[in-house]
Amino acid sequence: MTAALEVRKLGVEFNGHKALDDVSVSVARGESFGLVGESGSGKSTLLRAVAGLAPVSAGTISIDGRELRRGKRNRAFYREVQMVFQDPYGSLHPRQTIDRALLEPLAIHGFDNTENRIVRALEEVGLGKGFRFRYPHQLSGGQRQRVAIARALVVEPSIVLLDEPTSALDASVQAEILNLLEQTRKDRKLTFVMVSHDLAVVSHMCERLAIMQGGHVVETLPASALADHKFEAAYTKKLFEASEGFQRKVHTEAPA
Amino acid sequence: MKPLLDIEDLRVTFPGRSGSIQAVRGVSLKLGRERLGIVGESGSGKSQTGRAIMGLTPPQATVTAKKMMFNDIDLLTASARQRRSLRGRQMAMILQDPKYSLNPVMTIGRQIIETLQTHESVSRAEARDRALAMLEAVQIREPKRVFDLHPHEVSGGMGQRAMIAMMLVAGPELLIADEPTSALDVTVQLEVLGILDRLVADRGMGLLFISHDLRLVSTFCDRVIVMYAGRIVEELASADLANAQHPYTQGLLNSLPRIGHDRHPLPVLDRKPEWAL
Ligand SMILES: Nc1ncnc2c1ncn2[C@@H]1O[C@H](COP(=O)(O)OP(=O)(O)OP(=O)(O)O)[C@@H](O)[C@H]1O
Ligand SMILES: Nc1ncnc2c1ncn2[C@@H]1O[C@H](COP(=O)(O)OP(=O)(O)OP(=O)(O)O)[C@@H](O)[C@H]1O
Ligand SMILES: [Mg+2]
Ligand SMILES: [Mg+2]
Repeated sequence: MTAALEVRKLGVEFNGHKALDDVSVSVARGESFGLVGESGSGKSTLLRAVAGLAPVSAGTISIDGRELRRGKRNRAFYREVQMVFQDPYGSLHPRQTIDRALLEPLAIHGFDNTENRIVRALEEVGLGKGFRFRYPHQLSGGQRQRVAIARALVVEPSIVLLDEPTSALDASVQAEILNLLEQTRKDRKLTFVMVSHDLAVVSHMCERLAIMQGGHVVETLPASALADHKFEAAYTKKLFEASEGFQRKVHTEAPA
Repeated sequence: MKPLLDIEDLRVTFPGRSGSIQAVRGVSLKLGRERLGIVGESGSGKSQTGRAIMGLTPPQATVTAKKMMFNDIDLLTASARQRRSLRGRQMAMILQDPKYSLNPVMTIGRQIIETLQTHESVSRAEARDRALAMLEAVQIREPKRVFDLHPHEVSGGMGQRAMIAMMLVAGPELLIADEPTSALDVTVQLEVLGILDRLVADRGMGLLFISHDLRLVSTFCDRVIVMYAGRIVEELASADLANAQHPYTQGLLNSLPRIGHDRHPLPVLDRKPEWAL
């Protein structure tokens, strides 16, 4: 079967700095794939490269078996592939109300019934009518994040790239958003690629995951391997142990 | 001992299209030289509480309180100038949206140097060394490269650490950290908490640690405050978080996904209108 997303030997360079080096990832249609790893290891860069927003220097990216040309993506691409950025403040226009932020993609892709779609999209992410005509700076961090998720889902894409979609949310809203994402994926047979530093979130949401460090994929695992401690790479083990929480003894004795 | 920070009945209100929005509705807290965690519902007023303490409330909002003392300084009557001179040197806040809060047209290194130089008279060379040392302390892998990058050229977690470096470089007595580690991978998260921990233990800094990460808060903080709809609904020793009494806190703990537990869909809260009274 052709993969929904196939990244082969991808390289991305910024002024000689290799942010991605020889990265290969294959995600099946309808699959939910996780990316975890070191801060600065290239997770966002990988999603951005798929979205045509990073300078690719090597390798190929294919969607449904069709290889994408380097550089800007066209409108049809964004109808099919949507991205939720890590930094929702930066991705929402400061002078645009939430209503406009949702209307714009609907208008671009020629959707009808925009009024209903906007109200429903906001409701789904737990934002009532009171939020619709506010500006981004009038929302809390988590509320902005939910607007970004609503905006990605409102055009009914088939592949969604999610960069830390719930790291700004409290556990109860996170659970609601994760349930919404999961239900939407089931209903519309969506494909997800999801970055999160929370191993529990990735193991809950994803079937497989890749562990990244320093621009490389160090290991690709089925999510069940986390529960069964079946991983090989030393870095994966380190991540797994750190996810247990803070241990004061170890750290106060470490030299400054 | 007298607390570092003593707040009674803090309220923050925004004017809104259809009536005013009460973001904070009577928060009282005392902070000593300790780690006090604040967790709570998205939109419950955690950031606005921190901003009000810092004097960084947006101008259209009103802040009132029965008492707002920092050491011997009455923050309610302090002039704008006094508040400005307190910020950075004596109290600092790591803002929740680091990339948005950093100056987009100035390199990371310059911003740290400028912060340092507004509070201390240090030579350029020393300022540069200390800025680089600070970036290294927050576990930035290639401090020299990152020093010369602009905010849009660093990853989410690098931006967050740059913000932390900037706030710590002047050595504040009170640090309000608003989701300071939400974009960091778990190993770097622990390193950064280690730094904050030492500042509390060795230098006697007071830390207000706003986070939605219950696992971190319960293992890192001494006490936790739980907020819901602008109010504190519960306060506990961190070690007792698992025995929380308020149904909101209980629901929060219950809704966390766990490795090896297969719960689809995750349990969600049934929010009761009386919680918001
Ligand atoms: N526009 C840019 N110019 C220069 N370097 C960049 C740019 N964008 C990213 N980088 C570099 O690429 C590397 C990878 O960044 P990326 O944002 O992909 O990391 P990440 O894995 O998402 O990290 P985090 O978990 O902290 O968000 C970093 O070293 C970063 O400095
Ligand atoms: N400028 C503003 N105008 C109107 N309402 C605002 C403004 N800024 C914040 N609010 C509202 O005040 C409330 C409290 O916001 P605050 O940012 O303190 O929440 P929070 O607890 O930090 O949430 P999160 O965990 O999502 O960051 C929110 O409901 C928010 O919508
Ligand atoms: Mg990132
Ligand atoms: Mg906040």
